[in-house]
Amino acid sequence: MENILALETMKEGHDGSGLGLTLKDLGGHFEHLKGYPILSGICSKSGAKILDDYMDKAGFQLKDIWAPKIKPVKGMKSRDHYFARAYDYPFSYKYKPTKEKEDLLMNIRLTLRKIGEPDESMFIFSFYPDVLTLKEVGDPLQVAEFFGLDKGGLKARIIFAQGRQNTNYAIYLYACHPFFIQGYCSMTNGENTAFVPIREFLMSRGFPGYIGYNSDSEVFTHIMHYTVRQLGYPLTYYKDVITPLKDSEIGTRQDKNALRLIKQSLRPLCVDGPNVVIGFTPDGTCFMAHDAKKLRPGVVGGMKGKYALMSEECGLDSAIPGRNKSQDIFPMKYDMVIVKPQAEEVRVWNQLQH
Amino acid sequence: MEPATALDHNHQLSLKEFPYIIRWRDDRCKRCGRCTAVCPVKAIAPAVKVQRVVQSEGPVPTPTAVRKIIHTVEQVTDIERYCTGCGTCTLVCPNDAIEPEYNPANKFLHYKNRGGEGYRRGGRRNDPAISTLDRLKFTRISMLTDPALDAGRHEFRVRTLLGRILPPEELPLIATDGSLGVEESHDKFIPPVREIFPIMIGSMSIGALSPPMWEGLAMGVAYLNEVEDMPVVMCTGEGGVPPRLLRSRFLKYMTIQIASGYFGWDEIIHSIPHMIEDPAAIEIKYGQGAKPGDGGLLMAQKVLRLIASIRGVPQFVDLASPPTHQTKYSIEEAVAKMIQSMSMAWGFRVPVYPKISGTKTARSVLNNLARNPFAAALSIDGEDGGTGAAYNVSIDKMGHPIASNLRECYLDLVKQGKQNELPLIAAGGVAKKGNLAANAAALIMLGASAVSIGKYVMQAAANCFGDEYNRCNLCNTGKCPRGITTQDPKLYRRLDSDQVAERVVEIFKVANVELKKIFAPMGRSTELPIGMSDGLSIDDKAMADRLEISYAC
Repeated sequence: MENILALETMKEGHDGSGLGLTLKDLGGHFEHLKGYPILSGICSKSGAKILDDYMDKAGFQLKDIWAPKIKPVKGMKSRDHYFARAYDYPFSYKYKPTKEKEDLLMNIRLTLRKIGEPDESMFIFSFYPDVLTLKEVGDPLQVAEFFGLDKGGLKARIIFAQGRQNTNYAIYLYACHPFFIQGYCSMTNGENTAFVPIREFLMSRGFPGYIGYNSDSEVFTHIMHYTVRQLGYPLTYYKDVITPLKDSEIGTRQDKNALRLIKQSLRPLCVDGPNVVIGFTPDGTCFMAHDAKKLRPGVVGGMKGKYALMSEECGLDSAIPGRNKSQDIFPMKYDMVIVKPQAEEVRVWNQLQH
Repeated sequence: MEPATALDHNHQLSLKEFPYIIRWRDDRCKRCGRCTAVCPVKAIAPAVKVQRVVQSEGPVPTPTAVRKIIHTVEQVTDIERYCTGCGTCTLVCPNDAIEPEYNPANKFLHYKNRGGEGYRRGGRRNDPAISTLDRLKFTRISMLTDPALDAGRHEFRVRTLLGRILPPEELPLIATDGSLGVEESHDKFIPPVREIFPIMIGSMSIGALSPPMWEGLAMGVAYLNEVEDMPVVMCTGEGGVPPRLLRSRFLKYMTIQIASGYFGWDEIIHSIPHMIEDPAAIEIKYGQGAKPGDGGLLMAQKVLRLIASIRGVPQFVDLASPPTHQTKYSIEEAVAKMIQSMSMAWGFRVPVYPKISGTKTARSVLNNLARNPFAAALSIDGEDGGTGAAYNVSIDKMGHPIASNLRECYLDLVKQGKQNELPLIAAGGVAKKGNLAANAAALIMLGASAVSIGKYVMQAAANCFGDEYNRCNLCNTGKCPRGITTQDPKLYRRLDSDQVAERVVEIFKVANVELKKIFAPMGRSTELPIGMSDGLSIDDKAMADRLEISYAC
């Protein structure tokens, strides 16, 4: 809940049109369900039936169901079912490599999304072990209250919260941050002016998960997924892909030969901002990076074991008031702030010092 | 019976049939003769006439008819000496006494086929209508939801890539200790790629252009590269390259063209061992937008000693390149082989790409090239491209507009996920109305990686008279009144190569600023917005649908 309160302090910076929450490394209710993929979403009564039938047919065994205790809030219309369901893999997949399991989970999520999208009987946000997603339209505080988040019960090591829907298009649940794909998650502040060429590039990669794009920010998640998972680049290259260096700057890097090739081959994935991207990877690393002109603010602060990556400092003050403020990090245009898994350490990686 | 004089006039054309009618003012003309001397086509001539004048002298009116001998300047009605409207007469007249006037009711084409010779000319399609490129608007302006960038303050990289780009999946990279490196013993061919300014000077040959014009362009390009830090490249056209340039460091700013006549290639091939720099690229010309399916043509009157020696041919013979390469059997085989041969000649260090004229079949060509790992790009020249010499029917009626041709090719690449692998170069009618940066930006947002300009440079850098009202367009005759497309020293001494170079530099500097002025409000600065079609709109629904962009009115 404190994360939502932090969002509240930053209220001047958002329009309070919605709340998206992605939680990773879950505790509480999900403490004992670590290895089981969790399907997060919303569905109607008819959608619930379709969902059950489909998952049955696909060979998934329901292990556990968690549902927020909905508290009626004035002005918010409750949908039929908000859920996070933990499943066990079909028998044939139990001993398959992680990548194959991930592909299966993604394809199931996409199929369910496709079934539920026309009549809005189902919204599926994530299907992955140890990750839970909640999204709803409305004022973030009210939505949090609506989901009963103030009552506790949901615990997680990594909590991503975004306090508004997309600004530029119609308000729609699939356009709501954070975006998630196969363990990679990100949320973004700001418009993406290079959206169309990036979307076309991603959609033409032949990867079934690169669809949707109800928000221009979804491509940031997919670029990360493509760079790190599909191409196998270390995470810092995500920054080099979205904000490539000038040729003269590349010359100063040890990996200049590789970097030159990447810059050319991934040219359509360059963003022009104004953006700050906050994301996490499957191993629990969190990061913050800006566009090449640093047109949006962003701050990282905290102490060992607890760090917060925020778009505004007042949010940080609210979330971690006791930290040493003098050590707050305001990443600049070449920087990528990386918080190691378990929030053990925070370091600033600079594109020019490598 | 009619008098014999009347019958004599019957075979003559009236001035009303002519595209331009000379307006000559008796009261202003001082009979200096400059206009008649300078007229490139001898459309005007001094005439001596006897005129009957009623005059009265003295204090009391005594009207008397007298016959006077007068001197006039008259337009001839010989169709071979039609006034082209160039207006050189007006330029040289000290008293503003003479001026050609366009005659929209002319029947010029009805008669310009004497001797069974079709009308041949230079220039581009005679269609003064607003082109599709000029109808495209940039409508996605960054407002409030995202700040517009500052064209003067922010860093802009108005650069593009010329050359085949490997898909990321095929890069021979290896990750060790959080860092990427290029695999040491990989056997992957990494094609050569040049980072260039996205507007290049298209192929215009020595021979088609006069020495000062070609030299001026080359000097301007060298200055842009070396002083202004703008990597502009120009294409030599099919006419060889001066031997000294081949052996100079400036060769790297030149794209050498090979076309079906192979003019000058003996010298080029023999110079390869002596080259201290590789050329920017090699362009294989398979087609030209102005005259699709027709070969190059340099008419005999332009083949003087210098040209003959550079091209390796005798003087004063028509140099007609065949419509296609003699070795061309199929795109899969012969074209691929030619691309490979040219690549091999420079040790696979130089991008080699074909240029075709705009055509409905462009996508077939594209798809073949997309599968050829040595094809560095595809240049498509639309119907509004210019030429130094061609049949009027080819220029006016043959070819495909560039906008939709380019767009369908780009979208085809997008379908295959190869939009970043094979750059598309668009040409033909860029800056027809002078909007260089806007036309270039529009083509880039439709999917072009770069654009080529030709006619516009002649107009803007050397004051070429030619326009879409068939003005001048004498390029083929060697009588260019501006000295741009002639080999006659008496004519080309009018052109100062230094001034041409200066103008080339000015044109590109302004284009650079104007491109930023377009990209900045759209929130783009780091990479060229290739295929950013959401930035474009057009005020015609059918065009919007065809180009897959939005309709705005």
